[in-house]
Amino acid sequence: MTDFSEIWTYLAADPLLWLTLTLAAYGLGDAAFRASGRKPIINPVLIAVALLAILLRLTDTSYATYFEGAKFVHFMLGPATVALAVPLYANLHHIKATALPMIAALFAGSLTAMLSAVGIGMALGLDRDLLLALLPKSATAPVALGVSEAIGGSPSLTAVLVITTGITGAIIATPLLNALGIKDWRARGFAVGVASHGIGTARAFQVNETAGAFSGIGMGLNAVLTALLAPLIAPWLLSLY
Amino acid sequence: MIIHLTILLGFQLFGEVAARALSLTLPGPVIGMTALFLSCIAIPRLATYIMPTATVLLAHLSLLFVPAGVGVIGHLDKFGSDGLALGAAIIGSTVLAIVAGVLTFIGVRRLTGAP
Repeated sequence: MTDFSEIWTYLAADPLLWLTLTLAAYGLGDAAFRASGRKPIINPVLIAVALLAILLRLTDTSYATYFEGAKFVHFMLGPATVALAVPLYANLHHIKATALPMIAALFAGSLTAMLSAVGIGMALGLDRDLLLALLPKSATAPVALGVSEAIGGSPSLTAVLVITTGITGAIIATPLLNALGIKDWRARGFAVGVASHGIGTARAFQVNETAGAFSGIGMGLNAVLTALLAPLIAPWLLSLY
Repeated sequence: MIIHLTILLGFQLFGEVAARALSLTLPGPVIGMTALFLSCIAIPRLATYIMPTATVLLAHLSLLFVPAGVGVIGHLDKFGSDGLALGAAIIGSTVLAIVAGVLTFIGVRRLTGAP
């Protein structure tokens, strides 16, 4: 009989363990979400992240070791982003019909996300570096990190703020939009994609196929607009200090 | 399935190469998505063809954010006293951005008489 500590030494260093646990943690989160009657507050991503974080802390495992296994899941984000083109194409007639509302909502949502985040942060006394890291947080992660670096923010801090923004959007979107009485799935999805990128889009797909497709468009367009506008807003922000 | 994945990865590869060759600030997958979207308009059969794999991938889109999310945990303690202010900025700005986006969409749709 091999000592358990020896088996653990093998497992802890092997990608298999953390890949399996990532899928299992998400499976538990998804089961809880379904059991709750699909309540938005029971967010599968949040549950899986919390479970895995506790597990890493308890087993004293570094994020680098964890990521050796989890990178296979992380890698699929690329092809999944490309795959968004398919529901986009399936909704082509909607897109043609609502081009103007989309462009207007893109500017309104994107500018509100950036300026209100910085405004609230400033009012609560956050320093310059944190405000710069906050500025691009509604854009999809790879764009937000690149923008943060370009304007002198901290990319690793921005990564945290991007994920937190996505989970926030995924949780609040449904109750917020229901309270506003908005029934147009195109408008609902698009606004969520602009404000909370891929995690909001993943949530939108759980609710409605059209909302998901429009959320994907909102995410893609806001990636472009944030990359263009944040470098223009940042110097103005810095001039206030 | 294999061919579908090959097509998706091929468009991502194209996007990554284009982003670097043209020094674009956009991420490769977003360029790949745009290229695939345009290809589907040119060749409608392509969309029908890769639909099954795209649907499966997108149905589990949330799962794919878990590894990056776990990375967040290592940074939580460094927020310290700024944590509350950052939380307020994120929640406040996300609510305001969704409200601004959705009301603008509906408003302009009515103004332009779109369906």
